[in-house]
Amino acid sequence: MPSEDAAPPLDVDQILADPGVRIVVCCGAGGVGKTTTAAALALRAAERHGRRTVVLTIDPARRLAQSLGLTELDNTPRQVKGIDVEESGGELHAMMLDMKRTFDDVVLQHTDPAKAAEIFANPFYQAMSSTFAGTQEYMAMEKLGQLHARGEWDLIVVDTPPSRSALDFLDAPARLSRFLDGRMLRLLLAPARTGGRSMFSFVTAGFGMFSKAVQKIIGAQLLTDLSGFVAALDSMFGGFRQRAEQTYRILQARETAFLLVAAPEPDAVREAAYFAGRLREEHMPLAGLVLNRVHRPAVPDLSAADSLAAAARLEHAGGHEGTVEVLRAHAALAQQAVREQRVAARFTEAFPAVPAVSVTAQPADVHDVDGLRTIGEAISRR
Amino acid sequence: MVTGKGGTGKTSVAAALALGLAAGGRRTLLVEVEGRQGIAQLFGTDPLPYEERHLTEARGGGEVRALAVDAEEALLEYLDMFYKLGAAGRALRKLGAIDFATTIAPGLRDVLLTGKVKEATTRTSGQRRVYDAVVLDAPPTGRIGRFLNVTAETARLAKVGPIKTQSDGVAALLRSPMAAVHVVTLLEEMPVQETVDAIAELTQLGFPIGRVIVNGARPPVPTGRAVTSAELKRGLAAADLPTDARTVAALAGEARDQQVRRELEDSLRADLVELGLPLTELPLLPEGVDRAGLETLAETLVRAD
Repeated sequence: MPSEDAAPPLDVDQILADPGVRIVVCCGAGGVGKTTTAAALALRAAERHGRRTVVLTIDPARRLAQSLGLTELDNTPRQVKGIDVEESGGELHAMMLDMKRTFDDVVLQHTDPAKAAEIFANPFYQAMSSTFAGTQEYMAMEKLGQLHARGEWDLIVVDTPPSRSALDFLDAPARLSRFLDGRMLRLLLAPARTGGRSMFSFVTAGFGMFSKAVQKIIGAQLLTDLSGFVAALDSMFGGFRQRAEQTYRILQARETAFLLVAAPEPDAVREAAYFAGRLREEHMPLAGLVLNRVHRPAVPDLSAADSLAAAARLEHAGGHEGTVEVLRAHAALAQQAVREQRVAARFTEAFPAVPAVSVTAQPADVHDVDGLRTIGEAISRR
Repeated sequence: MVTGKGGTGKTSVAAALALGLAAGGRRTLLVEVEGRQGIAQLFGTDPLPYEERHLTEARGGGEVRALAVDAEEALLEYLDMFYKLGAAGRALRKLGAIDFATTIAPGLRDVLLTGKVKEATTRTSGQRRVYDAVVLDAPPTGRIGRFLNVTAETARLAKVGPIKTQSDGVAALLRSPMAAVHVVTLLEEMPVQETVDAIAELTQLGFPIGRVIVNGARPPVPTGRAVTSAELKRGLAAADLPTDARTVAALAGEARDQQVRRELEDSLRADLVELGLPLTELPLLPEGVDRAGLETLAETLVRAD
């Protein structure tokens, strides 16, 4: 299809086989088959390229999770059995992210058990660790950092959270670390302590009022809880920020390959283009675009118009109902393919140098290892 | 309120619903709350400000207005109403204090967003409500329960005070007969699964479910007998098309894949029917969602009501 002619072909096998590539991050809009793509790539890396691989999934479809043996969300990688690695000697491990548990682990790592218990009991921590906007994104990155630090795997394949906007995923560590940095927290809790001549003095009056307003709105109890939370977390701020920065640097390193996952739909392609621009700005290595769910007629020479005209002729003549149906189905497929090419071209025109591969839509949804293998083949089709 | 898994087209459906409900001289407000500027993209307008703006005319002299609610702006507005912050408020925003305040209390953000929806819904001018209907392009299925269940979220943090009062008012409206949550899906496995899960969650939380809306639906096909290669070859010959083995096999293969897909769609459709809720199917728009397409969707939605 034209969008592929315009873009250099993406060689997924080369990425998966490269010992220098240690992390593959799959990102893109929700509903484009990101998790399936991540699982299929990980399976292929293990089976074909003999790599000891772990795939970190965020929120897999139930049946896909089951096919990987992920029946419980226990936040640790489990080896996937029953795959074809005898020849290659690879391994596949899979895990599902448990956001709260990952957060708990971070707290435990940075403080003593008594203080950790105090933090865990704080209602503010409870609310934040399960609902704070960006926590899931941040914890996905944290988990990636942990897996990377353990050095047990040749390759880590990460599925990213279905963010409102693809940017949340890149911004979350910085946002959370900024938040936990506590400058604003401290200001809010004790404006007096910052001293009369701080850089904030020009708004001190407004700030006092603001603090009072917040106290009125969210209640004094909350501020007390918050205060306790801040005090308890105080010693950990440096650690949090350092880890976020570390992960950020790993994402910029040559050992990482970002794969954009999209489907030939306007929203998904727009999101992919936005993300491609952002990765470039952040100097993060974009390896290519995987365009999922592409429709391709098996008889490309027979156009939709000709097919419909032939169907009309046959219908008029009578006696070929089966063929009429087949021709109409073909016409619909051909029309869809043309539409999809138009949509996909918006990406390739904006980023002509980004390698791309199209994956043909599967007639049915994928939820077993065989299905993942088929997808892996399709992504690697040269 | 219109929710659905990401990628199912809930923004288009919300826009079509606002158009349909405005037809015939009525006025509706289309609201988005996630800062995605999905409405502006759909209608090809400049990004929407935090301000109710004329979006478009509806058939028969109606009007659709649009609003992109921003939690920070809503907080400033709220504070201003009670505390007259003025310039100090703007300075605080520069410092990131407002962003901070809307993130420290999870749920505060959502109360501010849904609170704005409540305010617009109940606003009157003279004896009349300003809007005949307010359509909210709500967060996706994965977060809709938490988003709407503001009372529970804020109750964890604020036991008394204005926020508590505010969230109680929002909760009462969202659970009243004035409100309905419509769930948009595609005939694909994941969206249907999330639809079923979201409806169970919302029902349990006491929110009135409106209808299940299947977007991009193709009508069910009668599961006919598959055509044999010999029949297909004869048919192609009769239509003066190539009849070589490769073409025949390829076309038969396309038809087979199509059949598999259709059967899966039919079984997913049956899962949705089993929910026992009103089901509306919106046609697949081959040319994408343009203005004419939105009108088609709007008519289908309103006719279904």
